[in-house]
Amino acid sequence: MRRLETRVSTRTAEFETNRRHNEALAAELRERLARVRMGGGPEARARHAARGKLFVRERIDRLLDPGTPFLELSPLAAYDLYGGEAPGAGLVTGIGVVHGREVVIVANDATVKGGTYYPLTVKKHLRAQEIALENRLPCLYLVDSGGAFLPLQAEVFPDRDHFGRIFYNQAQMSARGIPQLAAVMGSCTAGGAYVPAMCDETVIVRGTGTIFLGGPPLVKAATGEEVTPEELGGALVHTQKSGVADYLAEDDAHALELLRDLVAHLGTPPRRAVDVAPPEPPAYDPRELYGILPADPRTPYEVREVIARLVDGSRFHEFKPRYGPTLVTGFARLHGYLVGLVANNGVLVSEAALKATHFIQLCNARGVPLLFLQNITGFMVGRQYEQGGIAKDGAKMVNAVATSVVPKFTVIIGGSHGAGNYGMCGRAFQPRLLFMWPQGRISVMGGEQAALTLLQVKLDQLAARGETLDAEQREAFMAPIREAYEREGSPYFSTARLWDDGVLDPLETRDALGLGLAAALHTPIGPPAYGVFRM
Amino acid sequence: MRRVLVANRGEIAVRVIRACRLLGLESVAVYAEADREAPHVALADRAVPLAGSTAVAPYLTIATLLEAARVSGADAVHPGYGFLAERADFAAAVEAAGLVFVGPTAETMAALGDKVAARRLAARVGVPVLPGVELAEGAEPAAAAGLDYPLVVKASAGGGGRGLRVVERPADLVPALEGARREALAAFGDGTVYLERWLPRARHVEVQVLGDGRGGLVHLGERECSIQRRHQKLLEESPSPAVTPALRRQLTEAALALARAVGYRSAGTVEFLLDEAGRFYFLEVNTRLQVEHPVTEWVTGLDLVALQLRLAAGEALPLAQRDVTLAGHALECRLVAEDPASGFRPATGRVHVLEWPTGPGVRVDAGIAPGSVVGSDYDSLLAKLSTWGETREAARRRMLEALRATTLLGVATVRDLHLALLEDPAFVAGDTHIRFLEARYAAWRPPAPAGWPALLAAAALARAAEPRAAAAGAGPSGAGPSPWQTLGPFRLGEGR
Repeated sequence: MRRLETRVSTRTAEFETNRRHNEALAAELRERLARVRMGGGPEARARHAARGKLFVRERIDRLLDPGTPFLELSPLAAYDLYGGEAPGAGLVTGIGVVHGREVVIVANDATVKGGTYYPLTVKKHLRAQEIALENRLPCLYLVDSGGAFLPLQAEVFPDRDHFGRIFYNQAQMSARGIPQLAAVMGSCTAGGAYVPAMCDETVIVRGTGTIFLGGPPLVKAATGEEVTPEELGGALVHTQKSGVADYLAEDDAHALELLRDLVAHLGTPPRRAVDVAPPEPPAYDPRELYGILPADPRTPYEVREVIARLVDGSRFHEFKPRYGPTLVTGFARLHGYLVGLVANNGVLVSEAALKATHFIQLCNARGVPLLFLQNITGFMVGRQYEQGGIAKDGAKMVNAVATSVVPKFTVIIGGSHGAGNYGMCGRAFQPRLLFMWPQGRISVMGGEQAALTLLQVKLDQLAARGETLDAEQREAFMAPIREAYEREGSPYFSTARLWDDGVLDPLETRDALGLGLAAALHTPIGPPAYGVFRM
Repeated sequence: MRRVLVANRGEIAVRVIRACRLLGLESVAVYAEADREAPHVALADRAVPLAGSTAVAPYLTIATLLEAARVSGADAVHPGYGFLAERADFAAAVEAAGLVFVGPTAETMAALGDKVAARRLAARVGVPVLPGVELAEGAEPAAAAGLDYPLVVKASAGGGGRGLRVVERPADLVPALEGARREALAAFGDGTVYLERWLPRARHVEVQVLGDGRGGLVHLGERECSIQRRHQKLLEESPSPAVTPALRRQLTEAALALARAVGYRSAGTVEFLLDEAGRFYFLEVNTRLQVEHPVTEWVTGLDLVALQLRLAAGEALPLAQRDVTLAGHALECRLVAEDPASGFRPATGRVHVLEWPTGPGVRVDAGIAPGSVVGSDYDSLLAKLSTWGETREAARRRMLEALRATTLLGVATVRDLHLALLEDPAFVAGDTHIRFLEARYAAWRPPAPAGWPALLAAAALARAAEPRAAAAGAGPSGAGPSPWQTLGPFRLGEGR
């Protein structure tokens, strides 16, 4: 494969402006992540530590093989929501390595409102389980939660993708041979009690771990019986009398050791044979991405410059380079793994959609995972394009993406608007992982377009009555629309709501994708099958 | 003393860690983010990351280093050279924290670090000083009226050539004074300067001393460091080809008199200018280990860093002057990352291929390894080659061979300049002075290697063949290590 040739000069004023802008965005992301890592604040942390319990990230670090990666998922879930009271939605999830085996970890952060489940906590828990299911990874639950967050029970309890789905998923995965293991390191009250109870094997910590359907206050209210948490559902009760848990741990560290032991004898799952080469860093310094991504997200730029700073050796074999050039397709390696890239380099037109469909079929036929780099305003509009059948060509692309059998990964590196989001494997199309860059924007259309569209509708209504708006009135009409799109298009707005699996610093993207590709090797790839392509 | 924190980086950190290991002391490396993969970090028993706003700041922030010492349980601190090595306040802070500072006392450092005070002390103990005047901040240059030109303006708090200006004519004095003051104020926070006669044809000769602060004090002979570029030494040797036994006696006695006057503890260096008539003048005292200490180690057979550590641990000086024998001749060439082909601009890049010379009488002190990234944040010294021979000529021949056997690809260095220098008839004759490089090599350019395009093509072909061979070994089934094994403790938002 040939090395891409860069046309970027690192010595221009523009590069410098972009670099400053993007480094500030990365710094903002780092700062937000650092804040979330502190969990529920100093008081809650002090209370937690006083009970001899390790903090959730300490638990995870001890559980993982030393010095190995942890690919955390949606660390900024619930960001700016619930009055800022639920950093990370009170749950840490991610993929890591235990005894050389990739696992999904779901760990409550009891310093955040006692680890109770807000609506987004449930969503984050379910997303981690979905990732475990799609990649056939064992689930390790570090349970320390008071159950549902009662004030919001209506958004937590009853619906299909609410609390009950956690247990449904556990049963389904267990049935498919995906191990479900838990360490109870705090309370597991009410619904939460079913997390360990539904597991294949469970460890519980003496003194701090409790499991019960109704806690002492509820028992007293219901039956008048007075009972301590330890008598009701402590570690000794469950490992000797009830059999709800299987192994007794003396403290958190011991519990994590036992949990590691449980993983040690799960055996090694088969991995799919894939085409892999020795990994090689990009030939161009990925730090230059900061100078390449335009400070103004509406400025077009060459996506091959991004590809050159993500893939092994900056080598890229471009497919159909002269046809439909507003979309770049081709093969590259990432951490040694062969991937098929689909990257926007302008608006989607019919030729680009047809090329994408062709390329996606190619990747499916050969079992090559797909990586989508989204920077898309949407499909082209206008009489010429509609008459040319852009909707049916877009539909072919969407069809191929939806029915793809190879693992798909998506990174929103710029705009993600309209049906472009769909064709380029947005959230609804179930990529194994979907990340956003701090430069990303996601909304049905761009803010300016939305404001102009709504203004046109308004003007048409007024015109029917013989009225119109002057320049000042037009601006007053458009400004709030633009602002709303600006706010709701932010990657932090997106990641807070789990529309993605996390906001990534562009410099961390290559590694995060490499980890995702490796984790996706446990599932077999079936024969390709597509819906009806409208010709 | 059990565990030594090495408050430095690069080759000197490696050097100190090795000495610690030799003495059975544990070593603690510290590193800024940019140095995460540096050899000193890998070599030490422990390593502590330092936070800081720039690549350099962590190594210069006393509080950060003391905190690193605290978390690592170190009970001593070796400052190396550069960074904080000559900062009396650092030594004082280390000792105030209950740790051992491997170096002189803070009082000694303060007394000798002030160059004006050191000059006065030298004059008091009978060491010749050059005619000159001190100029406090704001003092008029008229005081310089009686001095002969050329003159040199120096910062009292200076070092490393900063705040130093040569004045050829009276008309240049005022701008030079202003410039030196400004530079000194910016670099050291002290605008005090002084004027001295400047001896452009003089040699730089320095005497190594070693004391225990309790009466034990020896000299370890002299070094000549006349080959300098912009006041930065580039090539050093011991002994100096210009120093006769009689002159050596005078020089070393002068150095010892000065060291005795302050009850010197640890290793230190007294620097002199030696004029063409064989008269010498005091320059300054460096209260630390010198970059060029290996040449002294070669001719004395002593391990200066190990001795520093033993003295710091409270041992008395384990040798008397009669135990010090000077044998043979040693040379040191500094491999600095500066590109002679582009006016000695700082060179940066990744070290792709690195091969060091070996063999009898050859020593390498390196702060880089294959794959190291050389940036522009730090001092450009990558490594030092030193050789020993029975004679100066034998040492010179070994150095030529050692330099030719050195392969360092990816970052430009001054290796070729050293090769040219070592074959320069004037250098071979020992006829050197502090403006030697300036006078003879200002317009020097490295010769283009013969057959260059063919060599490049061959190297590219060899490189292109590599990954394919490796891939065949790894097999097609994903048997190679996955990023889960190779990426280390990756965490989102924690930088790479």
